[in-house]
Amino acid sequence: MATEIIIHDQKDNVGVVVIEKITPKQECTCWIMENDSSTNIQSKDEIPLGHKIAMNDLNEGDTILKYGHDIGKVVKPIKKGEHVHVHNVKTKKW
Amino acid sequence: MEIPKSFLGYKRENGRAGTRNHVIILPVDDISNACAEAVSNNIKGTIALPHSYGRLQFGADLELHFRTMIGTGSNPNVAAVIVIGIEPKWTKKIVDGIAKTGKPVEGFHIERTGDIGTVMKASKKAQEFVMWASEKQREECPISDLWISVKCGESDTTSGLASNPTVGNLMDKLEPLGVHLCFGETSELTGAEKVCATRGATKEASDKFMKTWSAYNDFILKEATDDLSESQPTAGNIAGGLTTIEEKAFGNFQKIGNCKFVDVLEPAEEPRKGKGLYFMDTSSAAAECVTLQAAAGFNIHLFPTGQGNIVGNPIEPVVKLTANPLTAKSMSEHVDCDVSKILSREMNLSEAGDKLIETTLRVANGRLTCAEALGHKEFVMTKLYRSA
Repeated sequence: MATEIIIHDQKDNVGVVVIEKITPKQECTCWIMENDSSTNIQSKDEIPLGHKIAMNDLNEGDTILKYGHDIGKVVKPIKKGEHVHVHNVKTKKW
Repeated sequence: MEIPKSFLGYKRENGRAGTRNHVIILPVDDISNACAEAVSNNIKGTIALPHSYGRLQFGADLELHFRTMIGTGSNPNVAAVIVIGIEPKWTKKIVDGIAKTGKPVEGFHIERTGDIGTVMKASKKAQEFVMWASEKQREECPISDLWISVKCGESDTTSGLASNPTVGNLMDKLEPLGVHLCFGETSELTGAEKVCATRGATKEASDKFMKTWSAYNDFILKEATDDLSESQPTAGNIAGGLTTIEEKAFGNFQKIGNCKFVDVLEPAEEPRKGKGLYFMDTSSAAAECVTLQAAAGFNIHLFPTGQGNIVGNPIEPVVKLTANPLTAKSMSEHVDCDVSKILSREMNLSEAGDKLIETTLRVANGRLTCAEALGHKEFVMTKLYRSA
């Protein structure tokens, strides 16, 4: 089955684009690796291969979960389907 | 898939089994490299392991040097060893350390003889060793005789998505069969260190991990000119989609699957708590890390890569896997196991893990790795600080 996005863990609030890019308003199929299940999402941004998409609306201060773990904090509100990267997420390490 | 219960290996005098049958010419120090290389030129089927150190080292750095030398010679992938050093004392110390395994080993020192006389004497012994080793046959060995080390390199987002979890899947399947496993890369666990610590099989193992990681982190904080936010993740990592150091670390951490580590090892330290997973305090530089793991006795290495690392090791076969379809295509001569179909969902993680187990066993049974066929023999000593 064609898959545009892979999600590591059921708990994750981001997925990773695994095709060359997805475009705004594209209907995407997401594969959740942890339990081999599927879900869908409509993208809001153009997002390249290897980059992340928000699976839910996220507020400033929220924690990004990938691999089921904390990988940083939201520093600018993010809508479901938007690109998640260094412009709206920062490390909690320093 | 039913996992085979055995592989064809070389049984050694101390009860370990090798996946290879090398006769090595081991220089004790930098200035003995020329002699070691001359011997390996003379006697076909031997390999010299030149390196850059071994003079005026002291303290923990010198101990690590000896541990790496003795461990390399003691590795079950090595049938017999010629040791060549400038002075008799350190040469003998390494010979005596390797001799504890019961394998043939002989030392030669260059002082008072010179290169030419030493090359002649050492070549005669090397010929005897290599002809003896050539008659060794592979025999059926239990799969628990596999000691598997892992380390990833040139990582990108496909590493954390697919090739590292493939290694984790293999670990989950092989750990119950009694294999030894080892992961390292202290620096690249930063961000996932607290979660990694919870994977200690005992409180003692968890505490030892945190102590090791903290010592590394203190060193970085002392030496770094900024807070590292400019270098971890790197610009290349960010372009590839990695946002934070935590994300990079959790990608790396996928290699251990759901296993728990039984102990934390010093660099090049041999595991002594039986079967299972070990963490070793290593650099994240590929050749240094694999050299340390080989010196600890690991006999086959799994190396997931994203952008295409090409590292090999002279005694421990390095099996490369990638999930990056571009790397699998453009650098196919370096890829032993292509798991890029995970990304297109034509393969699931368990199927990828099975494919990797199959590749690992073929290599354990004697199939050359890409790195071996291409002549990659990176032997790189880890140095802790400057010499006296």
